[in-house]
Formats: sequence, structure tokens, C-alpha cells
Amino acid sequence: MELSQKTIHQINDLLDKKEVTVTEVTQAVVNRINAVEKATDAYLSLQTETALEAAQALDAELSGRAKKTPLEGIPYGLKDNMCTKGILTTCASKMLYNFNPPYNAEVYDRLSEDGGILLGKTNMDEFAMGSSTENSAYKKTRNPWDLNKVPGGSSGGSAVAVAADTAFYTLGSDTGGSIRQPASFCGVVGMKPTYGLVSRYGLVAFASSLDQIGPFTKDVEDCALVLNAIVGHDAKDSTSLNLKKIDYSQNLKQGVKGLKIGVAKEFFGEGLQPEVRKSLEDAIAIYKTLGASIVDVSFQHLDYALSAYYMISSAEASSNLARYDGIRYGFRAEEYSDLVDLYKKTRSQGFGDEVKRRIMLGTYALSSGYYDAYYKKAMQVRTIIKADFDQVFGGCDVLLTPTAPTTAFGIGEKTSNPLEMYLTDIYTVPVNIAGIPGVSIPCGLDNNGMPIGMQLLGPILSEETLLKTAWAFEHESGLTNLKAPLGTEV
Amino acid sequence: MEYEIVIGMEIHIELGTKTKIFCSCPTEFGQDENTHTCPVCLGMPGVLPVLNEKVVEYATRAGLALNCEIAHFSKMDRKNYFYPDLPKAYQTSQFDLPICTGGVVGIEVDRVKKDIGITRIHIEEDAGKLLHESADGTLLDVNRCGVPLIEIVTEPDLRSAEEARAFAEKVRNILEYTGVSDCKMEQGSMRFDVNLSIREKGCEVLGTRTEMKNLNSFRALIRAVQYESKRQIIEIKKGHTIIQETRKWDDTKGSSSSLRSKEEAHDYRYFPEPDLVPIVLEPAYIEKIKSELPELPEAKKKRYIDEYKLPEYDAGVLTTTGVTARFFEEAVALYNEPKQISNWMMVEIPPLLKENELSMENISITPAQLVALLKLVKNNEISGNTGKEVLKEMFSTGKNPGDIVKEKGLAQMSDAGELEAIIEKIVSDNPKSVEDIGAGNDKAYGFLTGQVMKATKGKANAQVANEIIRAVVAKHLA
Repeated sequence: MELSQKTIHQINDLLDKKEVTVTEVTQAVVNRINAVEKATDAYLSLQTETALEAAQALDAELSGRAKKTPLEGIPYGLKDNMCTKGILTTCASKMLYNFNPPYNAEVYDRLSEDGGILLGKTNMDEFAMGSSTENSAYKKTRNPWDLNKVPGGSSGGSAVAVAADTAFYTLGSDTGGSIRQPASFCGVVGMKPTYGLVSRYGLVAFASSLDQIGPFTKDVEDCALVLNAIVGHDAKDSTSLNLKKIDYSQNLKQGVKGLKIGVAKEFFGEGLQPEVRKSLEDAIAIYKTLGASIVDVSFQHLDYALSAYYMISSAEASSNLARYDGIRYGFRAEEYSDLVDLYKKTRSQGFGDEVKRRIMLGTYALSSGYYDAYYKKAMQVRTIIKADFDQVFGGCDVLLTPTAPTTAFGIGEKTSNPLEMYLTDIYTVPVNIAGIPGVSIPCGLDNNGMPIGMQLLGPILSEETLLKTAWAFEHESGLTNLKAPLGTEV
Repeated sequence: MEYEIVIGMEIHIELGTKTKIFCSCPTEFGQDENTHTCPVCLGMPGVLPVLNEKVVEYATRAGLALNCEIAHFSKMDRKNYFYPDLPKAYQTSQFDLPICTGGVVGIEVDRVKKDIGITRIHIEEDAGKLLHESADGTLLDVNRCGVPLIEIVTEPDLRSAEEARAFAEKVRNILEYTGVSDCKMEQGSMRFDVNLSIREKGCEVLGTRTEMKNLNSFRALIRAVQYESKRQIIEIKKGHTIIQETRKWDDTKGSSSSLRSKEEAHDYRYFPEPDLVPIVLEPAYIEKIKSELPELPEAKKKRYIDEYKLPEYDAGVLTTTGVTARFFEEAVALYNEPKQISNWMMVEIPPLLKENELSMENISITPAQLVALLKLVKNNEISGNTGKEVLKEMFSTGKNPGDIVKEKGLAQMSDAGELEAIIEKIVSDNPKSVEDIGAGNDKAYGFLTGQVMKATKGKANAQVANEIIRAVVAKHLA
């Protein structure tokens, strides 16, 4: 196996035994990028030279000491909506084509502190709005399992970089499934932590009450390592939880004996691809053999989650994106007659269609006379959905669902029908509404060889249980560090 | 037909916290443009606000001082609108759950006392400033972005420009006392919006109102109310209906003009601020702030009358501002002559402040220095008139009164021996006066006293001198 194809913990074994250097590891990923990035287009910007320099400097240090942290010297990628001082942060939007933030996202600071080596910024749907990464203003990222298919979205670039071995791990953001759905489409592990567990400072906001940063990794063990590095209280984020830190690696391999895994029919409804259903049934069988008990649970109001999600997220987005007005930074229309015209032209030309659609939807939902019928009602639904989850988790420890109704669809297949595109998030959206954690792990391939994702959900702050449950399946099924049938010649 | 003016006010007060509401930039006024900013108050992509606890404390204090209920649970909301001085394109404010509700402030106009209801007080952030003067187009100064404000909203309880002014002054007085704001109108720390309507006297229903925004002096407040009430009455008399609108007051022209109608009014699309958590105040927290409230103007005035036996007028003047009251109290603590201190503070100090372009906030003498001066006068070491000169000198040099008296040789001559020699000579040199006195014309005493003052350059203790003059004249007549 090429170095670039290994997991973080495998690389760490080699680094600890001094069998490889950080430079060799970094060079291996850079070579891999040079070989396949043209085909996958996972990155919006790359700093491979800087990464190699950092690797060499670190090697000089490591000759005299052991590694400080598991992520020290491990090359990674960041979704392009996380601010990186001195490195363009565009959100894949024309609006921020030249935006160089004078500050760092908290997660970037933490990873830098841990000695991580940033390879580049990954492609995404513009301002994280979308489910296929086709809404990027710059490029279309392709699924390494089939280059004619989408990688999912909005964190498509981050998912592909891990799936194509052009990063050992990446960070994405998940507002309604933007980590879990692309993880599912690309056959990697993707986790959305509990709302408030990871600081949002420096994450360009889409929908503030739903956004959460999380990792993409090649296996569950790596997911725990990255999670360990990025969670923790941040005084700069008022919604950040102030809790005692725990080591997610510690109880990872304890098994699932006696664990109650819930299955709800509401997650196995219309539109579910037969292979996805079959794959999940196989997974359930595996959990049974591992000593978990499977229980039937049910939801009362899940049907309303998607509508509520589009009301709340669009309302918040309409406000969060109002600051892009062409006055202080970013794109400004070249010709305009007065202030209002400057606003109109800048925003008409700077935003893509999907972003404009959501801004209009959100503005409408908050307008006087419509607020009660839309935004307020959606917030009431949110409370009911939370209560629904509370009741379900009264009867089980973990909920097992498909991550998405189907495997990856074709590029261009759903771009003309936004509603059909929105439906791809139907199983992921309720999780953000409730603020609970969820992880997507590979659980099989469909008839075309495309990865299928299984979503494991738990109550607030159940990350440790979720990772333990995910690891048990991964270990038993052998569905780990899957390799896409993408040319591996370097 | 008799008309009644109905006024409700919104008062914006900049809180005197050291740092801004959501970041640690300083709030200091009058600094170079765009020097007090950071990514947070500039609303750059991805940054998040953190509520300054002092803002909550100050708003609570203001609410308690204005007799409001303090909410145990309140929250911040976003008020969305586009304008270049608002970098986030929304103002973080409070909508349906403000921090204070239901207060009351007593005012007095023409000896009539009245309670003005306060509907609510909420916390919000200030916007930046557009500078239109430049030849390069409009420039933006964002130093003020994120300076914390409270907005005080009254019930429509005010009935005249005088009541509006009395209310505004009372609020300023109280807030300045509590230390939540310096309420400096010339720096924009206190600004008024006025909602005004007219109705027939005795009518229960409110008329259609107009709103005038950003009046930033008491003068503008009074003139705007007078102008707008007159305008509305004329319109009504003409049989026109009043249009609900926002009007802009032009203080130079002394008139207002329509800014935007109700139809053109902004839809602010308020919704709860998702980047901040609700403000939850424990009863103990509110009680603690209540217990720490300073003595407010009304209570202080009453105490000055009872404890220091000052006339009501003096007590009123001395309690107009917190700094004046503090100066007085420090002086009284050093020297228990409240009336003497009061006289000098009310009569002698104000013209000197004006002359030196100072105010009680940056007055150049200390209470201890004033007390030292008043003791010299009281003990007849200098005359009252000399005292006034010394005070003037103290203002311009900052020197202690004792030193000034010594340096300039201003001490009164009370030494009988020294004076006797001088008086003996004057009486001998003016036999005509002695004769006049002998003839029963006591006016001549005054002439002699004047001569003594002239000879001593006014330093002679008048009382002592007069006694000696009478003795010497008697001796000459004998």
C-alpha cells in the first residue's frame, strides 16, 4: 500500500518507529495530488510547497523528540469556508473571490497548534448550500468511485480528498448533512458532532443555529483522533459548550454487547434505493451477531423536518449573507448608479442561483405578515422534532438509519430540480434540527460499485458511543479505508 | 377647539463601558477614524459576537434606577437592514424580550408633578458613521460600530415640549448618577427620537403620529416638538389628515421634512440572534446591583435639605449632576459649612468654569482646595473679595490658596498695633473728617475706612480697622 493510502494511525505507527519521515509522508500525498487532482478537482487552492517546507522543518525537530500529538506532521485539508489567515477563503463563491481573512478559524488554530500540515482548501457548494458540490462558482468536484457522479455536498471536496487519498483527513461543515451525505457518497467516515462541541469561530456562517464542523477520515479510529483535536470550549463562540474533555479513542474498541440499536421505519420510506435498504439490513444482522439488541422505534413528526429545515436555514442565511454588499471586501459590481444599485448589482452578480434562491426564501419567511406562518412555525416544529428524538432515545442508545436514500447520482442529474436535490438530505437534516451528533460510515456498495453509507445517531454528546458502535461494525465487516477504483499510478 | 399634544420618546444612550458590546475594542470617543475596530465589530465572515457582561450590568443598573422590572430571561435579536454604516447588515438588538420593562420617572413642570411611564429598555449596538463631506465621496468610520447602547422607550405620557425636556433631563440626570453613561449629547452619547400626535382635548383615542429621529440636544428636542405640534395642528385645522411617517429634523433651518412614509418603512425581519445565548439573570444578581445603586438625585436633594439645612433651590442646583454633588459632598466632609460651600459653588465657580472652558467633570480645583480657601475667608485671614481673586488664581494656576495668599501678600492685617500706627497717621492727616464726625456726620467714618483700605491695599481687616478708627477719632475729639 502506498503511503498516501494509509490511515493516520497507520502513518503514526511508521513515524513512531522512524520508518518514514514526515517529509516522505507529505511528499507521498503531494505526489498523489499531482496524479489525481486533475481528475477529482477536490481542492480550490493548494499550498503543497508550504506543506513540504513545514514537513522538512518538522522532521528536523522530530529527530530530537517524539511526536507531541497524533496529528503532528499529518497532512490535511480544510473546507474553503474555514478562515485561514493569509490564505484565500472563498466559500466557493464569486462574492469572496479575493477574500484573505486577517484571522484564523478556531479549528485551524487548533490543528496548527497540534502540528498539522495544511495541504489546501477544498471545494464546496457555494456558501455550503447544496448537496452535490455542483453549486461551486469555480469547479465541479468528481466522485473518485465514478468520475461522472457527484461527490455529494456541500463538503464534496473534503470527502473526495479523503476518498482519493489526496489528504489523510479533512474538515467539513454540516448544516443539514453536508458532512455525512458526501461521506456516504464517497465511501469514507464523516461525523457531525453535537451542536456546540466544536467552535464555529471563523467558519463562514450559513445557518448559525445548525452549522457544525466535523471530520472526514478513512476509518473510525482516525475519526476519533481528529475529533479529539478539534473539540473543546472556545470563549470566542458563545454557543460553544464548556465541558471536560474526553479521549474518544479510549473506549473505541469496547464493542456493542448489550447496546440497544433503534431502527425506525420513518427512515426506510419511499424513495429508498433497494441496495441501500439491503445493505442496512445486512448491517443490522452484523450488529445482532455482535451482541447488540435491535429495537423498533418510531417518530411522530419527522415528515416536517425537511420543511422546517429549509425555513430556518434559509432565514438565518438571508441574514448571515446580507453582509456581502460590495462595500468593504470581496466582489463589487463594476458599474452602478447609486448605493441601492451597487447593492443590487453586486449581489445579483456575486451570488449563484442556489444562494439567491435561499436568500429570497429566507427573506420571505422572516417578512412581517409571514413570520408567524413560516419562521415561527418552523421553530415550533424544531421543538417537536427535538422532543421526538428525546422520546426515541428513551428506548434505544443509538439509532441506525441510511445516510441518504440513494448512492451518488450523476453530475447534472438533479441541478434543474432543486426540490429533488433537497430530498437527498431527508435523513440527515433532522439531526441538525435536533442538534444531536451523527456519523456516516461505509456499509457496502451498490450494483454499480458505488459506496452506501450508514448513519448512526445518538442523543446530545453521545459521540463516544457512536464511534464505539461505528468501530464495531467497521471492524467486523472489514469495510474500512475503502479504495476507489481510481488510477493509483503516481 | 382645544388640542392636546401627545408625545412618546425613544432615548438612545451610549453606555460607558470600556469595551464594545461584542468585542474588546475600546469605546473611547474622538479617536482617529477606523482605529478602534477588529474583525468582530467589522462583521467579517465567520466571526462571532460575545456579549460584554458589563453591558448587561449597566443596562440592569439603568433599569433599576428608572424603576423598571428586570427580566430574568431576555434574549438578543437581529434587526435586518442594509446600510453602509452597518457592516453585518443587521443590528443586534432586543425585540420581544427586552431586559427591562415597565418603569416610571417622576417629572415636575411649573410646580406640577407627573409620572412618565417607561415601556421598556433594551440593549443594542451602535452603527458606524458616514462622513459625507469628503471630495472622494462618502467615507465610513466604523469606530462607533458595536458601541453598546440602551434604548429607553416611554409611554405616550408627555404633553408638551417642556415635559419632554424635563423628562429627558431627568433621565440624563439619573443615568449620569448611576455611572452607566456620561450622557454627553455633543458626543452623541444621548439622542432622542420623538413620536408625536395631536388630538382633541378629552379625546381618548390617539391621533396619527409622526416620528422624528436623532435629535441630539435639548434645544433640538424642544424646537422639534414645538415645530411638529404646530405643523400638525395647522394641518388638522385645514382639514388635512396626518400621514404616518418618519420626519427628519433640520436644526439649522428649524424645520422638519418627510423622510419616509409608513409604506416605505423598513421591514426589519427581526428574528432571534442564533450566535448568542439568552440572557438569564438570577434574582441574586439583580438584588446585588440594586443594593449597589448610588443615591439618586431626588433622594440626595431631600437629604441636602434635611441634613445640611440647605434651601430647596441650593439642593436642587447641587444635585443636578453627579459630579457636582460629589464635589459638594467631598467638600462638606472636610468642612462642615454646607451653606458657605453651596454659595461659592453656585455663585463663584460657574463663571470661572466658563471662563476657563471647563466643566465640573474636569474642574481644575479639588474640593480640598476650595475648603482651604473658604476657611481663610471664614477666619478673616482674607476678605471675601480677596477670596474671589484667589479662587480665580487657583483656577488658572492650580496652586493652593494659602500659597497664593502668601506669594501675593494678600493676608488681611488684623494686627491692632500695626493698624493703629497707620490709622493714627490717617486721622491726623484728615482733621476735616474728625471735625465732621464731631459735628455728628458719621459718613466721614466711611471715608476714613476707605483711606485705611487704600493705604493697606485692601488687606486691612475691616472690622478691626473700624474699631481702631472709632477709638482714635474719639481720642482726637477728646
